[in-house]
Amino acid sequence: MAHALATAPVGGRTWQADPVLRVDHVSMRFGGLVAVRDLSFEAGRGEITALIGPNGAGKTTVFNCITGFYKPTQGMLTLTHADGDRYLLERMPDFKISAKAKVARTFQNIRLFSGMTLLENLLVAQHNRLMAASGWSILGILGVPSFHQAEKAAIDRARYWLDKTGLTTRADDPAGDLPYGAQRRLEIARAMCTQPELLCLDEPAAGLNPRESAELNALLLSIRETEKTSILLIEHDMSVVMEISDHVVVLEYGVKISDGAPAEVKADPRVIAAYLGVDDEEVGKVEETLDEIAEEAQA
Amino acid sequence: MEIFLQQLINGVTLGSIYGLIAIGYTMVFGIIGMVNFSHGDVFMVSAFFALIFFLLFMTILGIGTPIIALLLAMILAMVLTGLLSWTIERVAYRPLRGSFRLAPLISAIGMSIVLSNFIQVAQGPRNKPVPPMVNGTIDLMERDGFAVTVSYKQIIIVLVTAVLLAAFWYVVQKTPLGRAQRACEQDRKMAALLGVNVDRTISLTFVMGASLAAVAGSMYLMYYGVVHFADGFVPGVKAFTAAVLGGIGSLPGAVLGGLLIGLIETFWSGYFSIDYKDVAAFSILAIVLIFMPQGILGRPEVEKV
Amino acid sequence: MSAPSRATAGSDIGAAVKDALLAGVIALGLFGPLVGLRTEQNMRNEVVLELHWVTVAVIVGIVVVGRFLLRTVIWPALADRKLRDRPAAGEPGALRQTVGRFLPPAGLVFLIVYPALMLSLFGLQGSLKWVDNFGIQILIYVMLGWGLNIVVGLAGLLDLGYVAFYAVGAYAYALLATHFGLSFWLLLPLAGILAALWGIILGFPVLRLRGDYLAIVTLAFGEIIRLVLINFRELTNGSAGISSIPKVTLFGLYSFDVSAPNNFAKSFGLPMSGTHYKIFLYYLILALALLTAFVTIRLRRLPIGRAWEALREDEIACRSLGINTTITKLTAFAIGAMFGGFAGSFFAARQGFVSPESFIFMESAIIVAIVVLGGMGSLIGVAVAAVAMIGGSEMLRELTFLKAVFGNDFNPDQFRMLIFGLAMVSIMIWRPRGFVSARQPTVFLTERRAISGSLVKEGHG
Repeated sequence: MAHALATAPVGGRTWQADPVLRVDHVSMRFGGLVAVRDLSFEAGRGEITALIGPNGAGKTTVFNCITGFYKPTQGMLTLTHADGDRYLLERMPDFKISAKAKVARTFQNIRLFSGMTLLENLLVAQHNRLMAASGWSILGILGVPSFHQAEKAAIDRARYWLDKTGLTTRADDPAGDLPYGAQRRLEIARAMCTQPELLCLDEPAAGLNPRESAELNALLLSIRETEKTSILLIEHDMSVVMEISDHVVVLEYGVKISDGAPAEVKADPRVIAAYLGVDDEEVGKVEETLDEIAEEAQA
Repeated sequence: MEIFLQQLINGVTLGSIYGLIAIGYTMVFGIIGMVNFSHGDVFMVSAFFALIFFLLFMTILGIGTPIIALLLAMILAMVLTGLLSWTIERVAYRPLRGSFRLAPLISAIGMSIVLSNFIQVAQGPRNKPVPPMVNGTIDLMERDGFAVTVSYKQIIIVLVTAVLLAAFWYVVQKTPLGRAQRACEQDRKMAALLGVNVDRTISLTFVMGASLAAVAGSMYLMYYGVVHFADGFVPGVKAFTAAVLGGIGSLPGAVLGGLLIGLIETFWSGYFSIDYKDVAAFSILAIVLIFMPQGILGRPEVEKV
Repeated sequence: MSAPSRATAGSDIGAAVKDALLAGVIALGLFGPLVGLRTEQNMRNEVVLELHWVTVAVIVGIVVVGRFLLRTVIWPALADRKLRDRPAAGEPGALRQTVGRFLPPAGLVFLIVYPALMLSLFGLQGSLKWVDNFGIQILIYVMLGWGLNIVVGLAGLLDLGYVAFYAVGAYAYALLATHFGLSFWLLLPLAGILAALWGIILGFPVLRLRGDYLAIVTLAFGEIIRLVLINFRELTNGSAGISSIPKVTLFGLYSFDVSAPNNFAKSFGLPMSGTHYKIFLYYLILALALLTAFVTIRLRRLPIGRAWEALREDEIACRSLGINTTITKLTAFAIGAMFGGFAGSFFAARQGFVSPESFIFMESAIIVAIVVLGGMGSLIGVAVAAVAMIGGSEMLRELTFLKAVFGNDFNPDQFRMLIFGLAMVSIMIWRPRGFVSARQPTVFLTERRAISGSLVKEGHG
């Protein structure tokens, strides 16, 4: 997949044709600190877009702006559903971004409901649908059958995601008892239970061992293929980024320094400089070195 | 103008007492994040200590000058109230440290019930009046038959408060103890790793807060000339309000909050109705918190996502 | 409690003696002045000191011996038991599970036959105390505890002003019944709705506050409502309160007024007694409390209840899942307030008199304490805590035999609240998470397993 995209023509970008998310000139200031400066990029529908960059580059800030936990100081965030509905995320409160605009997210430091069972975690994610079915609790207290049907459907959906994440056997255990990797998967399952158009993952591979990391890649690819959900992820783990992303955006000090298919970004001297920590003047040198390495490899 | 000046004087006096109590709340909250609900009752017990020692000095030991007896009683009250607070922390709060967040709060509410009822049992349920200790007033100005006066009691209260606050400020800012306190406030685990005796620092924080409350208790006794076993609750809640208003965790905030609550109360009584003075204090607390949840001098709480 | 060192016995005893003596010195310092020098008014109304050194000596002796025993006997024994019990600590024991399963139905049966049991044991007049002071009093607090449990236990919002809604319910019934002569059965739901409305009015501005700020603002609101009740004399008659509030009728069919033609006892040819009314009130509050429990159990299994518990666990995660946290919190606040309002109107009807004195902060504190002591979110735990604290403190009223020991001047009633406070502190230290800390999941796929209390969070709001 990645190879196919890497060789795609540079002109017609797949993510520009039908973006699920458009970030337009977004800036975020905290007092005097500019965390994100004039950032623009698109995330393509049905694609996996990776947002990478060194620590402190402003990736999580961008995430928090998209999911409404921060309000950007400037700029526009437009989300477009497959049916053409548009949502201006910067104008919506956080819970509405999930409920209406259908953007789901996970957190860098996992935020599960640790004292509730896995199944309960996944049912809380289906709150709004169940709430309507329970007649805002009034029909629910009376125990009408239509609510029981809705609840059964919700449990079925939860079971589907438990199966997909390999957590079915632990459905009745508290989430806080799960090992780390399983907690990460459960958080993704919980986000998917909201049936999102766009799934935002904040460092989903952090702290995973290689086997878990590979499983995660498979899960994300399957979400893209079978659920047709677009994914935006922040990641440090380059193997994850390069293997599964269709499109990579690189941030450094809150500014976008590169944007393109994984192979292009990987070869971008500015990205390498950012990751290796060289000064701006030295970027040229890095370029030369890269060329040398390439020549050597050919020879 | 005259009423304004008079209420300003009264408000500052009352506010000094609230500020002294508020420091105990704010310090304990700053260091272990706990609302020490029994602090108001510790204040009440300290007033009883002051009363008992004052009577002891005046009647049994025969010290003739009330002001000296009062000062000695205050010092003893500070020591014993510190000891009381140390014991309470040791018995009722330390075992619960690091456990469930509400457990210390409930334990503190229980302790507050214990203290007020213990005093009721041990000292009787009646009001305890003391003979006036300091008399005399100074007339500042007089117009249309309304005199603005400041009493010697008020001068003593403001002076003692100022001196003790300065001493206290020095301890917190300049001594190793103060540094240890600030370190524990920031990160208790790290402070322990760096060799700060966390238990002792927390204990001393309780002792310092209680000693300042004992100053407030002695001043309260002198100012109102009467104390009652149930007198801990209302000043306690108001001082806590003051601590929150000033920004909980901030020492200057506690003093500022105390002064504000004192002023709000006296001005409200002076200009509107004495009935609703407490309603005014609590309403302003609610309004401030709703629009400025971190208080006046507190650090804003950043919501980490 | 600092872990007792398991060093050699010899140095242990030495250290314990030192420790006990230190405790004695501290006790002398504290109790010496406060107990030994008692302030009393003399004939000229001057305060003078009275010496009580014997009492001080006894107290200090008890402290020294107690501390010594604690160090040498009690702590080592506790540490041993902890060591032995450790493997079983994770899973709730079989015994506890059986108790958990059979306690609710057994308790319910007991509650239903309780008045009959008391009648047969103590006769018509003798049972009055047991039905009223114990039965009704405890059930009021069970109901208040269950109501507040929705706010504190489920949604994790610390409300220190719950008594305000109790007051709203009580005054709503007292005022509307005395001025307009409306029936209890009409005013009960109205009082609940009014309290819920107040819950929303007070809750709306404050629910974005977190943690202790929420606690202090709710405390402030509770005090404001009480102070307004005291000072708004035109409406509430101030501190004097409202008296001769009409009694509840048996659905309008029979009255419990002695003079009424349709008096219950007269109509059925029973002997005239206040006990009939009390028994009726007992079943009424039992029904109200059971309604609270029923609604709570149902709500917990509905999305709103799960959202409350999720909110207690992690508010930010809730928002990321599209849950409107403000509305969710407000619902908890309003429903909790509604049950407080129901309990309040019952209280007014039972007492026949309300005054601001009944709605002091201490009442809120006691209700919060019942919820926390019971174990947050657990209905059984809250009920057990209410029985232990309220029943226990009512029991202490019965300590009149102590008069025989300490002489007639001795008033055991004044020790009641002192012991109550000490019990609160001790229970918290013994079980910081309350009697029942495990959480029952609301839904399961294959098997319902209790969740250990150490994983359940207590909320930040």
